[in-house]
Amino acid sequence: MANMAPAHTPESTGADGETRRDFLLHTTVAFGAVGTAMAVWPLISSMNPAADTLALSTTEFNLGGLQEGQAVTIVWRGKPVFVRYRTPAEIEAARNTPMNDLVEPAKDEDRVKKGKEKYLILVGVCTHLGCIPLGTKAMDARGDFGGWFCPCHGSHYDTSGRIRKGPAPENLKVPPYQFLDDTTVRIG
Amino acid sequence: MSTEKSVWRRAFEWHEARLPLVSFIDNSVGSKYPAPKNLNYFWNFGSLAGFMLVTMILTGIFLAMNYTPHKDMAFDSVERIMRDVNFGWLIRYMHANGASFFFIVVYIHIFRGLYYGSYKAPREVLWWMGILIFLAMMATAFMGYVLPWGQMSFWGATVITNLFSALPIIGEPIVTFLWGGFGVDNPTLNRFFSLHYLLPFVIVGLVVFHIWALHIPGSNNPLGIEAAPADKIPFHPYYTAKDAFGLGVFLLVYFAIVFWYPNILGDPLNYVVANPLVTPTHIVPEWYFLPFYAILRAIPDKLLGVLAMFGAILVLFVLPWLDTSRVRSANFRPWFRVFFWLFFINGLVLGWCGSQLPEGLPLVLGRVCTFYYFFFFFVIMPVVGWMETPKPLPASISSPVMKAAE
Amino acid sequence: MKKILLAATAALALVPMSFGASASEKVEFPKEKWSFSGNFGKFDRMQLQRGLQVYKEVCASCHSLKYVAFRNLEALGYSEDQVKAFAAEYEFPTLDDEGSEIKRKGLPSDHFPSPYPNEKFARASNNGALPPDLSLMTKAREHGPDYVFHLLTGYDEPPQGMTVMDGMHYNKYFADGNFQIAMAKQINDDQVTYADGTKATADQISRDITAFLHWAAEPKLEVRNSTGLRVTIYMVIFTILAYFLKRRIWARLEK
Repeated sequence: MANMAPAHTPESTGADGETRRDFLLHTTVAFGAVGTAMAVWPLISSMNPAADTLALSTTEFNLGGLQEGQAVTIVWRGKPVFVRYRTPAEIEAARNTPMNDLVEPAKDEDRVKKGKEKYLILVGVCTHLGCIPLGTKAMDARGDFGGWFCPCHGSHYDTSGRIRKGPAPENLKVPPYQFLDDTTVRIG
Repeated sequence: MSTEKSVWRRAFEWHEARLPLVSFIDNSVGSKYPAPKNLNYFWNFGSLAGFMLVTMILTGIFLAMNYTPHKDMAFDSVERIMRDVNFGWLIRYMHANGASFFFIVVYIHIFRGLYYGSYKAPREVLWWMGILIFLAMMATAFMGYVLPWGQMSFWGATVITNLFSALPIIGEPIVTFLWGGFGVDNPTLNRFFSLHYLLPFVIVGLVVFHIWALHIPGSNNPLGIEAAPADKIPFHPYYTAKDAFGLGVFLLVYFAIVFWYPNILGDPLNYVVANPLVTPTHIVPEWYFLPFYAILRAIPDKLLGVLAMFGAILVLFVLPWLDTSRVRSANFRPWFRVFFWLFFINGLVLGWCGSQLPEGLPLVLGRVCTFYYFFFFFVIMPVVGWMETPKPLPASISSPVMKAAE
Repeated sequence: MKKILLAATAALALVPMSFGASASEKVEFPKEKWSFSGNFGKFDRMQLQRGLQVYKEVCASCHSLKYVAFRNLEALGYSEDQVKAFAAEYEFPTLDDEGSEIKRKGLPSDHFPSPYPNEKFARASNNGALPPDLSLMTKAREHGPDYVFHLLTGYDEPPQGMTVMDGMHYNKYFADGNFQIAMAKQINDDQVTYADGTKATADQISRDITAFLHWAAEPKLEVRNSTGLRVTIYMVIFTILAYFLKRRIWARLEK
């Protein structure tokens, strides 16, 4: 492009003019870049849960029909929640487990509501890669520790939903919930 | 300064030697593209059109993530975007008004080309690519307007698809084919959504051809004469800086509409959900189609009206051969300049006629203006070019500048 | 040839592109002052709360408001608990564990329920006319809020010589229906008793419900206005910077 006027004509006004132009250039470019970033934010943000999605975050459920030893799956925020009416033996097994046998130490007492220890309520999503563990239906495999067993990659959970064996890094999550009366529970 | 290259510099050169991406951009719209030094602000509108295309694609992609193309859910999903989706109101208002601003920019770009003779040899194919972009834009805009499934969406789609029924014999089967049913219905909405998402990327492809064709002869300029190499300057930083300033001014206007008057260009009836059993009393297309709509209605014959409407755009393809003058810029064509501005005003009047009911003054005026529209292309263009004596052209771009400086 | 043209012209009359006269252009809608007008407009929270009361006590028996959820009412200045209590006054159908239909109390995530189970029922209850949903009313008509306000206050004696059809009512702003509207005059002085003690004239009630409906139609109005101001300030600065940068770069050419 020898024929064109050069892209970078040396400034005859000297170093002072050069600095001022560079300053103006850098300011404008930086200001434009910040504006572009701010313009992109609404687009990115629109992918986060919308207001109506966030509003649908509570589910009420009646435990009255549940028998000792049984478990059910209910849906909360589009995901399964396991509710198990534990037998005294299961509770005892959970409470007598030494803390150093656990991958993520947590007391069973902290994973249930006081006075309602027989009801174990868990988010039914394996903490490994998001599969649904078996163990809720009567015929299901429950794994080596009598709780739940994830068939995807072989994670075993105990009768408190704590990870005992396999690749999952954490215990099954306890969703936020409260008892509205003796048998009605609100999750979320 | 050290002669040793930094590791980043070497990595960049390694990659550039294998895929010269940055050089490609630099050659296309950067420091290696020599542009005439006398381009005025009307030459900003090409890059503004590119900016709007990107804006429409980006906002559209994120709208599509929350939109449902089903006749029972489309309207509700748009309202959910407006009320519940984070910044959904902003993205939708930017997209809806963006269509209008895209057309404003492109219309100015087209009229600039008409005034300065940018369609003449050797830029005919560049001009054709532009017309194809314009046609693809019109199709995209029309189908996009149907997606919210409001009353105007539905009845606009009904009226425009019915245009094809004017064709003898094949008309009815074509319309049924376009609908995928016996009227505008769910299948129509589904295919319009699919095509509305596809066509912008076709436009991107056409834009690549448009810019490619631009680089063969290089940009035209306000004098319309060939620019000598000495009269060219690198696109970057000269025109990138000028375009950045132009973009700032443009965005001030665009955002004023988006934030403060977001519904001023839209029809209120599109906030009423589509009802196939109730036709609005006054169906009007969006403003950017109004001149062509006026041509359609000016002719008291269904088939001829449809042909005239499409002909009004297709005539642009043969424009380079209708214009017999070899002088490009209207600055040196005293007669043509008058007829050009008449044509411009004629377009505005046609737009007004298209927005009115086709009776009385708007109908008469619409017919007069339709006549002038075609008269301009088929009679004025060849005859004036042949009869007119153009003003003397400057020898080079620099010479009038030097004269003015004396 | 002439015959063909003639036939074509006649056929044009049958083309499904006929245009009736839009009579609404013949009526003047005086511009009213609204707190939400203009680039800095804001809703008056107390007015919106009064408007909600009017909607609930007067409009809701016939008109739905389906795009508004109870949770949205927090924007009117109510607390989360107040919204919960408000929602709980409504009942929604649901299924019990045996699959029979029962009623449950409304939740903040529920939307205002429709007063009718379906459109046919609504028409049958209203002399064949369908009371439109009000969520978007101020955006769905020319003149927006001014239209709604004047329509509500536009009931009058019909002019001399005009016969109003049975079951219809004269309204000087309802041009689209030849000034005959199925809805009877709904708003009178002291129609409601405002909780905040505002005097409930027909004019005041009409203004309050119009403001509330405009909030329902454009709930993001305030954030839209304020974002617009910030974006404009940014764009002015950017444009000035770009202008001087452009001048400085182009100054090289004049050397």
